[in-house]
Amino acid sequence: MSIFVDKGTRLIVQGITGRDGSFHAKQMMEYGTQLVGGVTPGKGGQKFEGKAPIFNTVVEAVKNTGANATVIYVPPPFAADAMMEAADAGIPFIVCITEGVPVLDMTRVYPFVKEKGSRLLGPNCPGLISPGQSKVGIIPGRICTPGPVGLVSRSGTLTYEVVYQMTRAKIGQTTCVGIGGDPINGTNFIECLHAFENDRATEAVVMIGEIGGTDEQEAARFVREKMKKPVVGFIAGQTAPPGRRMGHAGAIISGSAGTAAEKMQAFEENGVGVAKRPIDVVDLLKRAMR
Amino acid sequence: MNIHEYQAKEIFRKYGIPIPLGEVATTPEEAEAIARKFGTTVVVKAQVHAGGRGKAGGVKLARTPEDAKSVAAQILKLTIKDLPVKKVLVTPAADIASEAYVGIIVDRASKRAVFMASPAGGIDIEEVAAKTPDKILRHPVDPRYGLQAFEAMQLAFFLYSDMKQVRPAAKVLQQLYTAFSENGGSLAEINPLVTTPTGDVVALDAKMVIDDNELDRRPDIAALRDESAEDPSEVEARKANLTFIKLDGNVGCIVNGAGLAMATMDLVKYYGGDPANFLDIGGSSNPEKVVAALKIITSDPNVKAILFNIFGGITRTDDVANGIVTAIKQNPLKVPLVIRLTGTNEEIAVKILKENGLSAMTDMDEAVKKAVALATGGKAA
Repeated sequence: MSIFVDKGTRLIVQGITGRDGSFHAKQMMEYGTQLVGGVTPGKGGQKFEGKAPIFNTVVEAVKNTGANATVIYVPPPFAADAMMEAADAGIPFIVCITEGVPVLDMTRVYPFVKEKGSRLLGPNCPGLISPGQSKVGIIPGRICTPGPVGLVSRSGTLTYEVVYQMTRAKIGQTTCVGIGGDPINGTNFIECLHAFENDRATEAVVMIGEIGGTDEQEAARFVREKMKKPVVGFIAGQTAPPGRRMGHAGAIISGSAGTAAEKMQAFEENGVGVAKRPIDVVDLLKRAMR
Repeated sequence: MNIHEYQAKEIFRKYGIPIPLGEVATTPEEAEAIARKFGTTVVVKAQVHAGGRGKAGGVKLARTPEDAKSVAAQILKLTIKDLPVKKVLVTPAADIASEAYVGIIVDRASKRAVFMASPAGGIDIEEVAAKTPDKILRHPVDPRYGLQAFEAMQLAFFLYSDMKQVRPAAKVLQQLYTAFSENGGSLAEINPLVTTPTGDVVALDAKMVIDDNELDRRPDIAALRDESAEDPSEVEARKANLTFIKLDGNVGCIVNGAGLAMATMDLVKYYGGDPANFLDIGGSSNPEKVVAALKIITSDPNVKAILFNIFGGITRTDDVANGIVTAIKQNPLKVPLVIRLTGTNEEIAVKILKENGLSAMTDMDEAVKKAVALATGGKAA
């Protein structure tokens, strides 16, 4: 078991002929992901690596391949459109890897995708992996191993670090999800925690946050109120300097500075084990799962 | 990207927002000439990318052109939050009957642009928000329709009761929303929005922050960047496509990915050291980026040891190794170097380093400990 992706995931890649798209499409195929096709406007009719058919539009790709997930590697100016195209074509799970999507674009994409009933992960995220089943995105497959722990993170390489430490300590994962660090993203901590709580194979969850915003604090409250499974966490940015803020609006809107100290306190108050170093996640997990 | 008050005012003016006259001076003499032209009491305002200008002495009243000259001379010597003041805005002083606050920002929670309005504007607006939250009205805007007239009126009625002010204020709010959304803003703010004794509504200050991700498709806005107002090492980093923030410590950190970079800094602190910087070389690294990163780090005299922490995913660790070797050949290091790398093409990277007399570690904690020990003059852990 796992969340969001598994053996039954039939994936297409939007931007499959691009530099990043083609490189990672190959990696995903090698990992064993069911990569059923790709989309690049103007390259319809060609084949990727002699196997996966390429289509001009997402709707065609869905019709011909029965895809139920897509991963997007198109450049930032076109990413918003790609996400909306995927939702409009009825793809239930959309992962956007692209970094640098303008936030005002995301204010339009988010309600559009919601109305179509799709789930969006990202943008600016590493994607996700259910070890041994399916990898969607860019998380290196060889640092993961199947097991009973779910992981959700706002970061990319810090996620790899923690997963790597877990795998070295022989603690495997059900699914590792990178939700991305942009101000507006499709899936938040709480939605992932909820999915892990309902996943029978997941016994404990790791949550990796960063400074900024209040998502981690809200997620911590969710853990106390709605979850039975143990959750441990790490927050990056304890030594980060307060930014040179220009306006007042940021502090007014959230009523919070979003510091690491604030988030770690919220973790502690709500029964989420707090790791002081990434490596401490391993011990916390061992204790929580005993 | 931050832009100056005078630049934000130019944008707002284009959208019809009532803004007092004003001109920019870079010397006391220019300030004097502008004041003379206006022929009235003026305000001289530091143009710098930092908040709290008023409290730092960067905003001053001048009754005569001679006054304006001496005040401008003082302000142009200031450094506010580490940033030197290079320009001042000279603008006729306004008589103020009331001060309100209006701002718009993209809000993570509602995933929309959200308006905020408060009749209690001025310098202490954050305190108002913290102590009397009912004095702030928040209003999320549906991006499909923009700020409708009735919504603007609702906000304006929160600020004023006299229709003579409600109507123009509502208009200002709609103009502000358009200016914000058509220029790729992540923040737009008027504080204070004032009323004059004759009842006019005027924007005395203007702030705008542009989403960096918008700059590629808005070359006219990107051209507003004032590099002289930024930290030189941060300018250099941006040109090399690196994210860099200078700090006061002595362990220089070069990391791929923002989260891991922050976690590395935290670990430096945990083991008793102090990070000299935040530096993220980003995803698809090439050797040139690494060369640029090392150049920036080594230009900081406080740095006593340099720590690389690279977890290869998209980043190929052999690219990083090549970058390190090239940089050192160009410019031999004067401080010790600790390299931790693991992930994509690790074997090739280790071989490249070895051939050049360098070595790499695989464990993050061990590498950080060693870098801290070297920086503090102790023996390698």
